[in-house]
Amino acid sequence: MATVIIPTPLRKFTENNARLETDETTVKSALRSLSEKYPDLRRHLFDDSGNIRSFLNIFVGEDDIRDRNQGDTPLDSNTVLSIVPAIAGG
Amino acid sequence: MESHKNIQFSRAELARYDRHIIIPDFGMEAQQKLKAARVLVIGSGGLGSPLLLYLAAAGVGTIGIVEFDTVDDSNLQRQVLYGQEDVGRLKADAARARLQSLNPYIDIILHHTRLTSENALDIVRQYDVVADGTDNFPTRYLVNDACVLAGKTNVYASIFQFEGQVSVFNYTNSSGETGPNYRDLYPAPPPPGLVPSCAEGGVLGVLPGIIGSMQASEVIKVVTGVGEPLSGRLFIFDALQFETRIFKIRRRSDNPLNGDHPSIHQLIDYEFFCGLKEVKPVREISVEELLNWQTAGEQFQLIDVREPAEYESANIGALLIPLATVSEKQELISRDTRVVIHCKSGARSARAIRELEDRFGFNNLYNLTGGITEYLRLTESVAS
Repeated sequence: MATVIIPTPLRKFTENNARLETDETTVKSALRSLSEKYPDLRRHLFDDSGNIRSFLNIFVGEDDIRDRNQGDTPLDSNTVLSIVPAIAGG
Repeated sequence: MESHKNIQFSRAELARYDRHIIIPDFGMEAQQKLKAARVLVIGSGGLGSPLLLYLAAAGVGTIGIVEFDTVDDSNLQRQVLYGQEDVGRLKADAARARLQSLNPYIDIILHHTRLTSENALDIVRQYDVVADGTDNFPTRYLVNDACVLAGKTNVYASIFQFEGQVSVFNYTNSSGETGPNYRDLYPAPPPPGLVPSCAEGGVLGVLPGIIGSMQASEVIKVVTGVGEPLSGRLFIFDALQFETRIFKIRRRSDNPLNGDHPSIHQLIDYEFFCGLKEVKPVREISVEELLNWQTAGEQFQLIDVREPAEYESANIGALLIPLATVSEKQELISRDTRVVIHCKSGARSARAIRELEDRFGFNNLYNLTGGITEYLRLTESVAS
């Protein structure tokens, strides 16, 4: 099962879970299934057209999915998928 | 950067910087580079506090501070540059006093202002390296764009609640290759209200201490050339889980500043870009009305703000002034008759109208709803 790391600002939507496991095999299906399990997460992950929000960076291992195959980037059982939102505090 | 070769130190300075100078990979030359350097710190809050303290202690010769705010009680939980006695004082003044007492051998330059699209390039150009410790998205994009347009390295950090991020943007290495910038990492800002600020969401007080110190370390590495700066990489720290991760980031061909087809050549309105300004509606005119004007022989000027290649392939006899050039060619636009501006579908022409209204006070501009696409659709259906 691939692991999804939830950033601190979004943990309030995942019952404070920092890491979640998924059986899904692509980035987009993993995020979809996450937002089905935690409906409040959906608007933070997807825009109104159902695309992954552009201010979120999704990394598979240490690679940005924009440099791989976007939402279709495959996941395997060892993959660590990180959601990294833009933050601006200083 | 002023040549560091001629930099001299007094006996007191040599004693002060001894623990730097005796590091074999640092030495006298790196210390000379620090003294020769001019570093701009934007924002002297949570991140700015450790940044400024360590840069001053390290002996950065000239430190600029951009800060308009005053010290508030709620700052003291993390902004360790200030004390209780500073509450109510201008932060920049209090910061200078503290830093000069820490190191009297450096120069502190204060910019008592908010960084804006009007002043950013002038300020940034006076320095060698910029460190961004600001606290909102519009200013993050402004600092980034100013650094890219002025060719300066932007040492970036940001914090929220228990999480911090660090990277080095727009860094040019010794082979002349420039790394990614903030727009490569975050092409678009979050919609307003979706990501709370630290003022709304809070921040662990020690977090800016950790992250701002890393930022200071990267500034020192960029200035001295010692080590490998965090360029092309994003570091993130989760204090709750004590987890650190480093991701690769790359330049993107669609970066509007320095990708394959740059479209931003000057600083823009960042509040507007981040969706924080109400969008003023522009006056619209439908294709039917325009056709009526033409039939009735009404006086008006027609302007096309598309690109020359688009104009070549189809046009409706308008004067061509591409969007990127409307400001410089605004004198060609009539002020005493009505002016209809069009593009392909109406979006670029609306931007042109806002720019002309905001910058030059035009009040006679009409946006052709649906653009040339709609015009051709209607006129061709009439013809057939």
